[in-house]
Amino acid sequence: MTSAPLSPTTASFAERGAAFVVRWGFIAVTVALIAYFVITEPNFRTLDNVFGMLKFIAPTAIAGLGVMLAITVGGIDLSVGASAGFAVSIAAWTMVIGNQVGGVAIGVVLLGGLLIGGLNAFLIVVARIPDLLATLATSFVIVGLKLLIVDGKSISSQMSLADGSTAPGKFTADYLWLDRGSLGPVPIPVIIFVAITALLWFILEHTRWGRALYAVGANAEAARLAGIRVQLYRTVAYMGCGLLASIAGLLLGARIGQGDVSAGNSLLLDAVAVALVGVSVLGIGRPNAWGTALGAILIAVMVTGFTMVGLPYYAQDFGKGIVLLIALLFSFTFSRRRTVVTAGSTTSS
Amino acid sequence: MIDSSIPEGGDQATLSPVVSLSGVSVAYGSNVVLTDVTLDFFAGRITALLGANGAGKSTLIKALSGANPRYSGDISIEGTLLHLSSPVLAKAHGISTVHQKVADGIVPGLSIAENVMLDDLANASRHPLRNAKQSLLDARAALATLGLDWPDSLLVQDAARLSISDAQLLVLARALRGTPRLLILDEPTSALTAAEAERLFTVLRSLRDTGLSIVYVSHRFGEIEALADRVVVLRDGVVQHNSERPFAWNAILHDMLGRATELEQTRVDVRRGHDVVAHVSGVPLLPAAPPLDLEVRTGEVLGILGLIGAGKTELAELLAGLARPASGSLSLGGEPYAPKRPSDALRRGVVLVPEDRQRQALLPGWSVAHNISIPFLKLSSALGTLRGAREISRAQQVIDSLGVVTAGPSASIDDLSGGNQQKVVVGRWLSAEPRLALLDEPFRGVDISARREIGDRLKDLVAAGDAAAVVLSSDIDEILEVADRIIVLVAGAIELDAYADETDRASIVGAFLGARTRDHSAVPPEGHPK
Repeated sequence: MTSAPLSPTTASFAERGAAFVVRWGFIAVTVALIAYFVITEPNFRTLDNVFGMLKFIAPTAIAGLGVMLAITVGGIDLSVGASAGFAVSIAAWTMVIGNQVGGVAIGVVLLGGLLIGGLNAFLIVVARIPDLLATLATSFVIVGLKLLIVDGKSISSQMSLADGSTAPGKFTADYLWLDRGSLGPVPIPVIIFVAITALLWFILEHTRWGRALYAVGANAEAARLAGIRVQLYRTVAYMGCGLLASIAGLLLGARIGQGDVSAGNSLLLDAVAVALVGVSVLGIGRPNAWGTALGAILIAVMVTGFTMVGLPYYAQDFGKGIVLLIALLFSFTFSRRRTVVTAGSTTSS
Repeated sequence: MIDSSIPEGGDQATLSPVVSLSGVSVAYGSNVVLTDVTLDFFAGRITALLGANGAGKSTLIKALSGANPRYSGDISIEGTLLHLSSPVLAKAHGISTVHQKVADGIVPGLSIAENVMLDDLANASRHPLRNAKQSLLDARAALATLGLDWPDSLLVQDAARLSISDAQLLVLARALRGTPRLLILDEPTSALTAAEAERLFTVLRSLRDTGLSIVYVSHRFGEIEALADRVVVLRDGVVQHNSERPFAWNAILHDMLGRATELEQTRVDVRRGHDVVAHVSGVPLLPAAPPLDLEVRTGEVLGILGLIGAGKTELAELLAGLARPASGSLSLGGEPYAPKRPSDALRRGVVLVPEDRQRQALLPGWSVAHNISIPFLKLSSALGTLRGAREISRAQQVIDSLGVVTAGPSASIDDLSGGNQQKVVVGRWLSAEPRLALLDEPFRGVDISARREIGDRLKDLVAAGDAAAVVLSSDIDEILEVADRIIVLVAGAIELDAYADETDRASIVGAFLGARTRDHSAVPPEGHPK
């Protein structure tokens, strides 16, 4: 009849081939990379190395999951690097200068992450500043605030203070356990990484709140008319992002063992890259938790492998950039190249 | 019966066509959307292009305007065979296109004059420095072809401030620069009021008389009857009908829809509602409009007829919780009703099928089932966890009850035609079993069969007796087809309120016209109406 579907229901061979490449391409690349390193590098295939890689990438992956939340509601958060760095310094400051135990530091940092997320949400949702610009501005503010609080210095145990005395506190064992502890053979950061991924996957894929988050990202106006509290969900997403960035900072701080003021600087690009790779990695075409985790693992494999085969550290950025570019090509150029027929205008999506 | 403007002795066999298509086909992948189209377009003629959704009209226009160079077959212009590989090339050879979405043709931030002269920005042979004075002169000359005398003080203003009908004229003036041979207009009146459309028709008739060939795409039979010299009907990508005046409308409709259809359905079953479900009292719909009183009754389909700017959308948004009354009050089921947001309205049983399906209703890339379940996530889940089976069964009910043509609940919404997408949106909201269903322009860009299906479901909804449906439209035929009770809204005021068997087309048109002669300032608000 007149209202037959416009798009083909039976995709051509080429289209199905493209869909297959999109869906499995990244996994194939990861597996191939792993296979290569497993064969050429005896150290690569040890269990220690596997957990080491996962532990190494955990902060990036968790911050990437935060960015993923922002992308889910149709936004972006460029302040995750600054937030993680803020968390590193604030945790150190609370323990070393404030002489508190690790538990208090963790609480302060998580609260700080929520506040930063809340500030971003306020600027984007209420003040209606574009997400990119709002979070770029807050990342400057956060970095600046951090430097003001710590007098521009890295904080370490037993450091000497301006008045000549020695700092009263130190990095406590319970805080350092976040990095050095393990359950059986599995390091704590890996457990946190996997647990957060699984939790976010469940929320996004299997709960109505997750569906609502996706709806806000897919068509905010349609979501609003469907009775979804769009502003509320966007606020929650940015606060979640702030919280995850601060968790990434906690793990980073525990790994470094001091309040390094430059910590978190390189995290932002990696986190954004991981979230964007996550959009394309399983051919799902939207931000998703396992995809983000896989994107992080791919980068970990690459970085570890590069290091083992003796490539200089600065080759890593080149590799990451290429991976991100390929992911973007998959997301925007090769995926579901379908002509959306709307009355009068045609857009490819 | 031949239109006086057709040149005497203008026998087609002796006239050579301006643009000639021979065996033109277009396929997207394995999907053939245009098959072996052979058509001639003659100078000084207006050819109306008709077809249901997905019939291939847009595809044909895209091939003609150079927007889709991947066609097969031959297109020749004045006897010269050409491959129309880009819009610039098509325009250079005298094919000018005005697309349906006027807003897409306007660059906000540039002045009106600069927008008129926009093509010069892409023209490498033009001087790269823009001369403000010269561009004003050029723009005025271009607008003069339409008989428009806009002062310089207006021309230097931001084009985004133009009303939609003036923007339509601007885009048309731009299309006419460089004196095209063939002008393609894709639903040019879809955003215009009747008076504005009439102004456009006058312009088009005089353009035709200067020898321009015009292709006119529209869903509105009345316009085509008033304007066209020839009707071409596409169905499933094939030319089904190609005839000159006088038009045999029943044959045209038959060829368009593939089955016999009565143009005017005789209404035998006009329902009369009983209880008042919603009451609007003393609410001005527009800033300058008088306070409005309106009762919506259960058991009837209320059709509210009004043009853009009449306050239809404002009324729908008021009742659906998208806007709050400036003054006055609302009641629902006898109780005060002051929804703050759509979720409040939904909880009270009020749903809205919004005007713009793509922008306000659909979730692109999502399945049919997920598009349908979005307002009912709470009902589709247990302890917050979604139950896929509940979503699928709700979607299957919608698909069955409205006859949605789709591979199934899991098919992507993007794969459905416009009419079927609209059925999904309507079905989504009717599945809420609403007390009050508001449908704002539910038949826009929807073919007649989908329109019938939607209309029937609305009748089913109200037939049960405790629900009301309100259809808001600017198309008198749609309203006559679906409504039991008809209200004519002009500039925020009710000009007519009668049951369908108490009134007729002439009275309804009269209500419009009577209001217009009294209130000449009934122009749409500045900027782009939604």
